Amino acid sequence: MTRISVDTGKCIGAAQCVLTAPTVFDQNDDGFVELLQQAPDGAESRSARMAASVCPAQAITVRE
Amino acid sequence: MTSPEAGAGADAVPFVLRRPGVPFPPPEYDEFRGRPGLVKAALPSGDTVWLVTRHEEVRQVLTEPRISSNPAHRGFPAPSRTGGVPTAEEVPGWFVALDPPDHTKFRKALIPEFTVRRIRSLRPAVEEIVDDTIDRMLARGDSADLVEDFALSVPSLVISSLLGVPKVDRGFFEAKTKVLVTIGSTDEERDDASQQLLRYLDRLIAIKTKRPGDDLISKLAGDGSLSPQELSGVAMLLLIAGHETTANNIALGAVTLLEDPQWIGDERTVEELLRYYSVADLVALRVVVEDVEIGGRLLRAGEGVVPLVAGANHDPAVFARPHEFDPSRSAHGHVAFGYGIHQCLGQNLVRLEMDVAYRKLFSRVPTLRIAVPLEELPFKYDGVLFGLHALPVRW
Repeated sequence: MTRISVDTGKCIGAAQCVLTAPTVFDQNDDGFVELLQQAPDGAESRSARMAASVCPAQAITVRE
Repeated sequence: MTSPEAGAGADAVPFVLRRPGVPFPPPEYDEFRGRPGLVKAALPSGDTVWLVTRHEEVRQVLTEPRISSNPAHRGFPAPSRTGGVPTAEEVPGWFVALDPPDHTKFRKALIPEFTVRRIRSLRPAVEEIVDDTIDRMLARGDSADLVEDFALSVPSLVISSLLGVPKVDRGFFEAKTKVLVTIGSTDEERDDASQQLLRYLDRLIAIKTKRPGDDLISKLAGDGSLSPQELSGVAMLLLIAGHETTANNIALGAVTLLEDPQWIGDERTVEELLRYYSVADLVALRVVVEDVEIGGRLLRAGEGVVPLVAGANHDPAVFARPHEFDPSRSAHGHVAFGYGIHQCLGQNLVRLEMDVAYRKLFSRVPTLRIAVPLEELPFKYDGVLFGLHALPVRW
């Protein structure tokens, strides 16, 4: 199973995760990442991994 | 291993690669990418730098804490003969020129204004601006310069609306911002326009501090995290960063879509245009502040580094057939907006502006066509940004 974690200390609010995997990541009013699901599967897991790879701040960690 | 010091550029390749008759990005980037290590180049300013062309290494440079964005450091490269990049000491609030932790305060203050939700909420305002701009263009007859009359107008008006410039002042704002980026302007005209805009922004900040509205300047003036001087620099930076870049993307993309209309209306087009053109190829200048190895090469403190985003975005290791415009590919992972902590704050606004611009333009002016042969189009071979000086169109 895929486990996602985010480091809000690294997040710079570029929102690439929200655009790439909108059912897994959201932004709070301050612009920082919020995790909607910690263990997505199937297509959501794939888009979460894509989000981790495009995050400019490398604030998303994916563990299998 | 010894590394050359900046300035000792006998074996450096001259970096004047963009030129008429040669596609952008220039074929030399492919050649550089194929060489082991990095390529040493001499900028038109005379500064010697390391060029980085591979996607992985461009991302590495842009996330490396030992490589700085601060032009106050010794060895920071000047892009052109005429001058360098301002420091945050010269222009308070010029936070692209800062590293953490100084950079953090500005980014943190600004990101609430650029969230996905906030940018989505701006769609009706952007649509109104684009419609008004098309109205003005159509009212002038059956031909126009799509750069001057459309591509430069839209982002200027969008930024003025975002900042909270009242509608009555937007004509002034639009005219002055155009002077800054038009090739025909003299240095004096540019300085004068820049001073007038700064004075205007200072007055606007003073007004919004007393009578706040629902706009970026009011919010930042109200929360007190930035001084009025910093806020003025931030406003000017947002304007400079978001104007010509967006205009160049809109205009270049219009050429591509007029030539290849099958992609008009395809949702993937904007992302591929951003990758394909990579207009801000030379924007992310850096300097090494502590020795660091990149691409198998030891870079020494004080050496300049230029991560070429067009090089990265045309790296066949990441994007197959990179020189083909193909929105059906996944353009995900392109670095047209940079990478790392300085990645473009306004990128989602740019996407929105491009999307609305093309939807409105091609539906409202279905007979739009380019009025000169493609080879006569005046591309920007000379500036920091790639783009078009003019785009004559008819309908």
